[in-house]
This record gives sequence, C-alpha cells and structure tokens, in this order.
Amino acid sequence: MNQKWVLLIGVFLAVAACSPAKQSVSVFLEENPANLSNWGVVVAKSGSLALGQDVVPYDLNTPLFTDAAHKLRTLYVPPGTSATYRTGQALDFPVGSVLSKTFYYPKDDTGQLLSTQYTGDDFAGEGLNLAKVRLMETRILVHREAGWVALPYIWNEAQTDAVLERTGGVQSLNLQLPDGGEQSFAYVIPNANQCAGCHAVNATTKQIAPIGPAPRHLNKTYPYANGEKNQLVHLASLEVLAGFNPAEKHPRNANWRDEAALLEDRAAAYLDINCGHCHNPQGAADTSALYLDLPGDDYTGGNSGLCKPPVAAGQGTGGHKFDIVPGQAEASILWYRMDSTNPAVMMPELGRSTIDHEGVALIANWINAMQGHCKIEG
Amino acid sequence: MKLHRIFISLALPAVLLASCGESADNSSAKSDIGQVNNEYQKQLQLQLLDAKPSDVITIPAGVFSFDRSLSLTVDGVTIRGAGHDKTILSFKNQIAGAEGLLVTANDFTIEHLAIEDTIGDALKVNEGNNIVIRGVRTEWTNGPDKDNGAYGIYPVQTTNVLVEDCIAIGASDAGIYIGQSRNIIMRRNRAEYNVAGLEVENSINADVYENVATNNTGGILVFNLPNLEQRGYQTRVHHNQVFENNLKNFAHKGAIVASVPAGTGIIISANDQVEIFENTIKNNKTSNVVVSSYFSIGSMTEAGIKESFDPYPEDIYIHDNVFEGGGNSPDMLEMKALRIAMFGLKGRLPDILWDGFANPELPADTKRICVQNGTAEVINVDGPNGNKSPNMDQSAYDCTLPPLPEVTF
Repeated sequence: MNQKWVLLIGVFLAVAACSPAKQSVSVFLEENPANLSNWGVVVAKSGSLALGQDVVPYDLNTPLFTDAAHKLRTLYVPPGTSATYRTGQALDFPVGSVLSKTFYYPKDDTGQLLSTQYTGDDFAGEGLNLAKVRLMETRILVHREAGWVALPYIWNEAQTDAVLERTGGVQSLNLQLPDGGEQSFAYVIPNANQCAGCHAVNATTKQIAPIGPAPRHLNKTYPYANGEKNQLVHLASLEVLAGFNPAEKHPRNANWRDEAALLEDRAAAYLDINCGHCHNPQGAADTSALYLDLPGDDYTGGNSGLCKPPVAAGQGTGGHKFDIVPGQAEASILWYRMDSTNPAVMMPELGRSTIDHEGVALIANWINAMQGHCKIEG
Repeated sequence: MKLHRIFISLALPAVLLASCGESADNSSAKSDIGQVNNEYQKQLQLQLLDAKPSDVITIPAGVFSFDRSLSLTVDGVTIRGAGHDKTILSFKNQIAGAEGLLVTANDFTIEHLAIEDTIGDALKVNEGNNIVIRGVRTEWTNGPDKDNGAYGIYPVQTTNVLVEDCIAIGASDAGIYIGQSRNIIMRRNRAEYNVAGLEVENSINADVYENVATNNTGGILVFNLPNLEQRGYQTRVHHNQVFENNLKNFAHKGAIVASVPAGTGIIISANDQVEIFENTIKNNKTSNVVVSSYFSIGSMTEAGIKESFDPYPEDIYIHDNVFEGGGNSPDMLEMKALRIAMFGLKGRLPDILWDGFANPELPADTKRICVQNGTAEVINVDGPNGNKSPNMDQSAYDCTLPPLPEVTF
C-alpha cells in the first residue's frame, strides 16, 4: 500500500536565492505518515524549523487563544494550482493542499518556557530558531479527494521530528509569565476527532474545513523574509491565490490588540475566531442559539447573546441569567465561561487549559461599555 | 506594541514531558469490579477513530479510567459493554473535555455500560439520525451536587432517537435530556437524584413511557425554550411512575431548570400538544403536575427573546392518571402562603397547578388545558397578577383533545 503522491519540486524554483535548498513537500492523499518530516512542510534541521518548498507562512488579524502558544501557520497548494478567493469562509483550496499549524513557546537560555505576546516577528526570515523556542505540536490539514483530514503530530523531546498521535496527548507545562510569575498546567493536544470539534464549522455536513485562511483573517501585512507585504497580495503574486482583485475592498477583522481600533470591532474579531467556528447558525453550538461568528447577519433578538437566557449551559451559567448583561460583564454568562478553566464551564470547550486574561478583559470592557439593561417580563 | 522576549535565568528543571496522557493515578477505584485500567484510554479512542460503519466496539467488564473526553464521528458504530454494572468508564480523573463521550454521527448505538463522574455531560450526541441508547447508566457517584456535570444522557438535534432501560443519577441539570430532536422514544428508564429527571426540550413527536422518576427536583419536564430554530410540540407522557420528586434544587442559578420548584412531578413549560395519561404521580410536594408559561422561568426579556417565540402552553391534555398525595409542602414562598390561605394548615395544593399566563390573542374557547381525571383539580395561581387572585374554577378544563399518535420509527 504505497499510494502516496509525492510532488517533487525542483530546487531551482527556490525563491530565496541565498537560502539553502528547501525540502520538497510530499502530499499524502491516502495514508497518514507516521512522522511530520515525511510531509516536508515544516522541517527541523540545522537548528531551525524551516519551511518546505512552496510553503507560505501566514498569520491572522486576530488568532485563536491556545494557552498563549505561538503558532507558525503555513499553506501549500500543489504547483500549478491555486486557492480561489471567496468571502465569508476560508479560501477554496484545491485537492492536494496542505495547511500546517505549529504550536510553540519561546524559551530562555535555561530552557524555561515563556508566556509572551506573539508579535509576528518570531518567523521573520522564515526560520524558527530552535535555540529560542520549544515546539509542542504541529497539526496538519490535508485536502484529500473525500475532503479535509486533520492530523495531530507531537514534537519529540529532542525537537528533531514530530510523531503522529491521533489520540492526542497531555503534557505538563510550566510557563514563566511576563510579570515574572509562573503558571503550571496540562497542555492538551486534541485527538483527531476533536480537530473536527472546531473545524467542522457546519455540524450537519460534519465536513472538516480550514478556519483561519479566510480573507477577513488574512487581510493584513506579514513580515516575509524579503519584507512586509499584505498576505492576500502576496499570495496572489505567488499565484497561490486566484480570483483576488487587489483594487477591491476586502473584509478585514480587527486586530484584537489594536487599541486604535473600535472596541466593538476588536471584541467581534476575538469572538469570531475563538467562538464563531461553533457558535454560528450551522455550527455545533447552534444548539445554544448564540451566534458569534463574523461576518454574520446582524444577530439580534436572542442570537447575539444580549439579554439572552441560556439553553443548556448547566453549571456554565455561574449563577447568571443572561449571556450578556449590558454594562455588567461580571453578571454575564459569556464572561463567566471565558474566565473559567473548569471543563464543564469553560468556553471554548477545547484548546485551552488556561484563561486568556487579556481576552477576558477585552470582552469585559466591551460588555461594560454597553448601554441598557435586561428587563424581565412577567 | 512589541513585547520583547524576556530572558530571565530562573533555573528550573527541564520541562516535564509526560509521554502521553495516561494518568498513573488509579485512585478512582470506587467500584470493586476488577482493576481500574488506565491504559485502555488510548486503545478505545483509537478504536473510535478507526471505526468503520457497522463496526461493533466491545468494551469488556472492568473499570476503565479516562482523563480526557472520548469522541466518535463515524456513522453506523455500536459501542457495547457487558452491563451497566460491569463495564464502567470512569472519568473521575478527567482534566479536559466538556463531556465523557461525544458522538457526532448517525446510526449510533451504545448499550450496556456506565459512564461515571464526568466533569461535564456524560454522554452527548450532537446531530445524528437513528440513535439508540440502551441500558446505559450515567452517574455522579458522589450524589447530588451543584458541581456535578449538567446532563447524563444528552442527545440534541437528533432524529429517531430511542433511549431505553437507562439509569441516570446525580446530574446537576437533567438526567436524560433530549433536546431539539424529532421522533423520540424514551422508555423504561430510571432517573433519580437529578435536578430534572427526564426532559424533552424543543422536540417534536416524543413518547415518554414506563419510566421511573423519583427523588429528583422535578420528575419529567416537557419544555420549550426561546430563540432555537425548532419549536417543540406533540409529546406523550404515559404509564410512568413519578413519585417523591422532592429533592432540593441544586442547579446553578440561571440554568433553566433552576426555576423548577422542588416537589414537582411533571412540568410542562411553553410546550404545546402534550398528553399526560395513565401515569402514577404521587407525593410530589409542590404539585404533581405543573403547567407553566415561559414567564414563570423568570428569564423573559424583550431584547433577548425572539418575537416569534410563543411562551404559552396550549393543548395540554391530562387524563386517567393516578394521583396520590403531593402539594402539601410547596417549594416557593408564594405557593406556601397560597396553600395555607386556600386549603388550610393541613391542606394540599390540587394535583395540577397552572401559572395562569394565557395568550390574550387567542379566542376565549382555546383549549389550553383539558382535564379528564376523576376528582383531580387545577388551580390557576394567577401568576400574571402576582398570585393575587388564584382560582379553582374548573369549568375551563372540562374538555377533551384528540389522542396523540404513538411514536414509531
């Protein structure tokens, strides 16, 4: 059974003339290779995590919080093909495309892992310096004939390769916080089904799909090796993206940390990427009738969360009656569930063991700025 | 807004990298059946990942410990244990995951095993057709506690769902909760020490029979909640034993079931076409049957409830039940005062309590509640006017409704 498609890329196509030859990408359309290095998408060698041939890094205006891990995201489409632009959802990637997301933490000289803000410059120069980071896991999304498949790879202690662990894993971590304090927690790597918990954004079709590489998330600059550039423009110039008209106005989510942006735009962007993959009218959390995705309809009358009673929150209410009580973040279920690490309470349900205090503060500020109150009838 | 990396030479041992998941702690050995098995977690999850349609995954007798949720996404799979008292999946050591087992698949059967002590829900099935849950026990072994998981058996957005011969104990919300589903049979189950024993919510065409609901806060609930795509109607509740559901409500405030008074046998909220017949309903201290609008939940807001939501119950038909005792010690202050004022120190509230909210836009002869149940009476507690003028006029309830069809699929 050796039905893999190996797409060999000639080294002469290398874009960066001065860099060593990049590894070619192998796209496995049938089997699940045991090692991440088999893919050639991101490869640890010579003290750095390097990208494979034709692999393009990207990041998002506002990312999902995952225990303060930094993430190196990459996309790859088979040479001669391209993803097609579409609004409202991820780009339409052709079969054979491979996305990767590597979770890592910065570390100091002693090996102590650090909780720091991701600023986008970790990857300037297109090579993660393994002396300064600890790689945790790399998740692969591969577009096969029958649809997307998600595969979790866990990095070995020697940081030489990552091994497929479809049942996920747990690792004890200790992070040093920016204020000098420490945080110990169980870093949980989802199993392959749990990948679908977020990536099956339509819970009826249950089809896995990418979430991040949608125009509203990608529409930002990225510090490429040869300079900063808008990601959509860059992808189009590489002919990796088709159907993109740079002259048109494209959706753009706010950067949730951009204090110059409107508070409501920052909050909406945060909720979109952290919650909207389930909390949308077709998502797994449509059972709650709370919709937090963008660009959504203008959710009102119960779906926005404003003065909305819960459906099946259980102990997730925290004693509160409504998802959002204007002006009162701490009386709001939305705030309460973000500010918890109890698996029965916390939202999102997966992907974190710690609280995103900065995100909680953002949502609290947003709720506290709302006018009005929830008047109970009857 | 760049934050430079901080390099502080705080010496610490190398990062702990436990190889993968399995907890070495086997302190969860509550049951004396076999050895607690911590190694099985990975094997079972792999089986669930690799399952093919029509596979039967057999779990032997024993106590198996899990520290994370299990999940299944493959259609057509059966999970089978050796009995709800023999095959025990213990989540006492759970550190992650909002449920014990999450199933997002069609044609799913799970039978003859127990799921104990999950942090959140025990068994959740989210969207699926042809779901069979048989002989499954979900239990929080520490007894009723507000920090227990919310739901024991929780199929939501399912079609053709059969829950039979199950046992649900200790859920901080509902023991068996079928939500937003269509074509439901819930039979021969036992629900005990939950806030809500058995609950049907926003569902269409449900048949709830031959169950035992006792020692819950509320025995059997038929609810409609606002804002959801599907409004529920057409539920039969019959041949159940619903007695002594007098447990103090231990739900977290704000949860919908936190509004259920302790001592409620069967409660209908904002649902329509509910037929309650030939049950034995005894010694539920607030009332054997409560018919309620959504207003009485206490969460009706203009901003947060879609206008299309109908908060009123209609077409409720209560007939041929055996009532005994109950109503003698209602949970709410207003009802305590009302009982004494109307029925004396030793009196009891009637078997059927209606909150009195009626849709003013419907014609006067609308059949809201019809009762053909011997001497059983209805009290309208006049909720809209703060219980000022409760009344015992029975004339409005002397009507009948066509019987609802049996559910088959």
